[in-house]
Amino acid sequence: MKIGAPKEVLGGEARVAMTPDSALQLQKLGYECFIETGAGAAAGFSDESYKTAGVTVLDSAKALWGEVDVIAKVRPPVDTEVKLLTKGKTLISFFYPAQNTELLEAAKATGSNVIAMDMVPRISRAQKMDALSSMANIAGYRAVIEAGNNFGRFFTGQVTAAGKVPPAKVLIVGAGVAGLAAIGTATSLGAITYAFDVRPEVAEQIESMGAEFVYLDFEEQAQDGAATGGYAAPSSPEFREKQLEKFRELAPEMDIVITTALIPGRDAPKLWLKDMVEAMKPGSVVIDLAAERGGNCDLTVPDQKVVSDNGVTIVGYTDFPSRMASQSSTLYSTNIRHMMTDLTPGKDGQVVHNLEDDVIRGATVTFDGEITFPPPPPKVKAIAAQKPKEKAKELTPEERKAQEVAAFKEQTKTQVTLLGIGTLLLLLAGYYAPASFMSHFVVFMLSCFVGFQVIWNVSHSLHTPLMAVTNAVSGIIILGAVAQIGSTSWIIAILAALSVLISTINIVGGFLVTRRMLAMFQKS
Amino acid sequence: MENIMNLSAHLGDPGIVIAAYIAAAVLFILCLGGLSGQESAKRAVWYGIAGMALAVVAAVFSPGTGHLWLIVLMLVIGAGIGTVLAKRVQMTEMPQLVAALHSFVGLAAVFIGFNTHIELSRLSDLLALMADPAKMLADPAIAASIQAQVADLAGFALKLVQKTPLELSILRVETFLGVFIGAVTFTGSVIAFGKLAGKVDGKAKKLPGGHMLNAGAAILSLIMLIVYVQTASFWALAIMTLLAFFIGYHLIMGIGGADMPVVVSMLNSYSGWAASAIGFSLGNDLLIVTGALVGSSGAILSYIMCKAMNRSFISVILGGFGSTSGPAMEIEGEQIAIDADGVATALNDADSVIIVPGYGMAVAQAQQAVSELTRRLRAKGKTVRFAIHPVAGRLPGHMNVLLAEAKVPYDIVLEMDEINEDFPDTDVVIVIGSNDIVNPAAQEDPNSPIAGMPVLEVWKAKQVFVSKRGQGTGYSGIENPLFFKENTRMFYGDAKASIDSLNHLIG
Repeated sequence: MKIGAPKEVLGGEARVAMTPDSALQLQKLGYECFIETGAGAAAGFSDESYKTAGVTVLDSAKALWGEVDVIAKVRPPVDTEVKLLTKGKTLISFFYPAQNTELLEAAKATGSNVIAMDMVPRISRAQKMDALSSMANIAGYRAVIEAGNNFGRFFTGQVTAAGKVPPAKVLIVGAGVAGLAAIGTATSLGAITYAFDVRPEVAEQIESMGAEFVYLDFEEQAQDGAATGGYAAPSSPEFREKQLEKFRELAPEMDIVITTALIPGRDAPKLWLKDMVEAMKPGSVVIDLAAERGGNCDLTVPDQKVVSDNGVTIVGYTDFPSRMASQSSTLYSTNIRHMMTDLTPGKDGQVVHNLEDDVIRGATVTFDGEITFPPPPPKVKAIAAQKPKEKAKELTPEERKAQEVAAFKEQTKTQVTLLGIGTLLLLLAGYYAPASFMSHFVVFMLSCFVGFQVIWNVSHSLHTPLMAVTNAVSGIIILGAVAQIGSTSWIIAILAALSVLISTINIVGGFLVTRRMLAMFQKS
Repeated sequence: MENIMNLSAHLGDPGIVIAAYIAAAVLFILCLGGLSGQESAKRAVWYGIAGMALAVVAAVFSPGTGHLWLIVLMLVIGAGIGTVLAKRVQMTEMPQLVAALHSFVGLAAVFIGFNTHIELSRLSDLLALMADPAKMLADPAIAASIQAQVADLAGFALKLVQKTPLELSILRVETFLGVFIGAVTFTGSVIAFGKLAGKVDGKAKKLPGGHMLNAGAAILSLIMLIVYVQTASFWALAIMTLLAFFIGYHLIMGIGGADMPVVVSMLNSYSGWAASAIGFSLGNDLLIVTGALVGSSGAILSYIMCKAMNRSFISVILGGFGSTSGPAMEIEGEQIAIDADGVATALNDADSVIIVPGYGMAVAQAQQAVSELTRRLRAKGKTVRFAIHPVAGRLPGHMNVLLAEAKVPYDIVLEMDEINEDFPDTDVVIVIGSNDIVNPAAQEDPNSPIAGMPVLEVWKAKQVFVSKRGQGTGYSGIENPLFFKENTRMFYGDAKASIDSLNHLIG
């Protein structure tokens, strides 16, 4: 089958859904690849580079939409594009079906199959095609770069001959993929980074990225991200109050605030209020990654950079990934390629739209003239349910000492008991058994004891030689056979002779094999 | 009576033989003790050989030993077979060889026990006469006849007639025990050999009735013991032998392949106890000492193996895996395959590499290829180490021997406790043919059958490659979440071919 990527129609969109690299991979899956001329230009991929990768370059969008069976796009299709869809074609792009019901109806009417990259369920298996995450990662990085661009100072603290520079303090609200990427970028630039999230389980991730988790002292609320597929859920009014109070406390200290708080299917929560912006120092920067959905900051204007009365810059761009088109195209086209891999189980260039598959089912929004959105809940839960964490209690030195003493006493007690029982049993045996037996018995007990003491010291790696050598040594049973072989009874002599034979095999075989093994052990 | 006693007094082993035995016992202890280090072990084997030679020579030349030509003949043939066996055996076949040798000790113990019984019944008339000193003192003719008969006896038989009735009862118990343990060891080892050599299906199998059959056979054997001590009947001994053969067979049949390290060391222990019991019946201290040494050695090894699998000895013997307490944790994600190029690239980029070998490496005979890979990686200045789980393979220390055979230096081969903490700082871990010993479910899933078993924490490394034949489960038959982790890539194919293909790409 044929797969192709048109030039994005929406103004300012620089990304492209197919790169020369991803085209090579798609060809391995058995697809013929097409691209509209100039589609990759804004992202830094020339028509020539596509041609080198074996991609056919077509002159117009119309030609492309007509030619190919699978269309890969970045942005949701515009009306003119939807008209080009026909029955049997498959469109793969961001679609936002919940917000774009009209578009969804229009797509359904064409009878084409639409796979929404934004609907890929958040399960481990689908991570390789999770375009939201890969775009969020870029957005998080770019947010910090954008902040740096608008911030008049260093991120890192320096002591120079020309004076001391304090490090920038960065607060990141919402530690999703974008938030974590922003934390990583900010800390690696040298800023002191703080991060906040309503889900307490991400504290560990935040700290692992090098930021400080802003703890909220709040009893009732402890959101479990596992219940909502790893996303945050709306919080209670009391919690929100507490949260805002904390932000108000932090606002005067922060130089850069990056907000990334989103709740699936809702407007972005207002978290950075007007009074907080006013409390910030002049020259500070607020980057609002939630601008597309109304923004986390009161003063955000989507797609614009505004400066507040007290000189705080508020950036409300919504196209961060597009601002790094080359990187985001590479990642997005890889996500598309992984989706195609799942859609092409036979690697024969034939799309198999398997609606039994959780990932494909979840992402498909129209299929064969039907709207298949919203999908049923996936069979596999995204994240394992939170286990109640047991924290080992830190012991004070006194407690530890007491514990050691108790353990020592316990040990002494068991040892003494064992010795006592052993002695009693021995005495009992000695009372009844004749002296000749007891003298052998003493030898036996002592040997067991010596054996236990000696074998504990044998090194782990020599356990096989140990077995071989004990095998050889247990051939000592030959002594019994030798003692009996002189009997006048022929049957005893024969049995004893056989015993001598097999014990000798044991002795010789065991020792030789041990020597062979030990000779192999060499030091480097 | 006094005459007879005087006669007996100097008929024990002469001092020089006992001295030789003492020396042999000391040498054996030194031999086992020397295995604490690789270098001292090379010397220690010679102690063992010297001790054994000393003991055999002393036994052969002690007074009362007859049929010297027969002994020499058997020694020569046995030594010949033993040498051939030791030269021919592949290092991967070590577990089978060890199991086979155990069965020999068991069989010898059975033979010797039966001999003791036969000798005893031949002497029963004489012993009956001697049991009644009053009658003997009353009738000089009887005393004379006893003296004449005793004078004809030599060696072992002579020792027997010196025993009091109480000592004779104890002797019967000892003989009985020797035969019992020997018989269990014999059939058990034969089955273990069959399982390890792949001649018997490795899965745990039990006859209907399961362990009740074993328990029944054991109880019946106990009854036979009482009958035997009372009546000295041959049949009691014979029936018990058959029962013990059955117990050995059925016990080991019921134990799965993954528990083999425990089984082999357990049989090792039994063979020691059998020798010890025979030593009691023959009144030979060297046999007792050596048997006890071997017995305790095997017992400790079994204990170590059980601890490494977090299972009690009883549950291993009872066979099968312990029951689970709930459904296993859902595993999500998928097994992502990778080709040799990908693995080679990762290895070229890595600074530290840990290789975790398992039974699969032995099966594929991949140890030479692994050694070559190690050599190449080390030549490029990378840190390469091996992590060995105590129960990797089918024999305690199996992996160490295989790697040593392939000339992997032993100082980079580390135990689980030595290396487990280093995984988080490791770039690449290559798991070759192991499964359960690297299963994170042991730590993460309390419902897993292997929950609580100490495992190598390979998943903490930056990247894990698993070389495996296909998408099967391990010996325990449980899924391994490791294969589904994000930092794990599956390197499917025969271990030897896979590692060889890596060798071409590296260096």
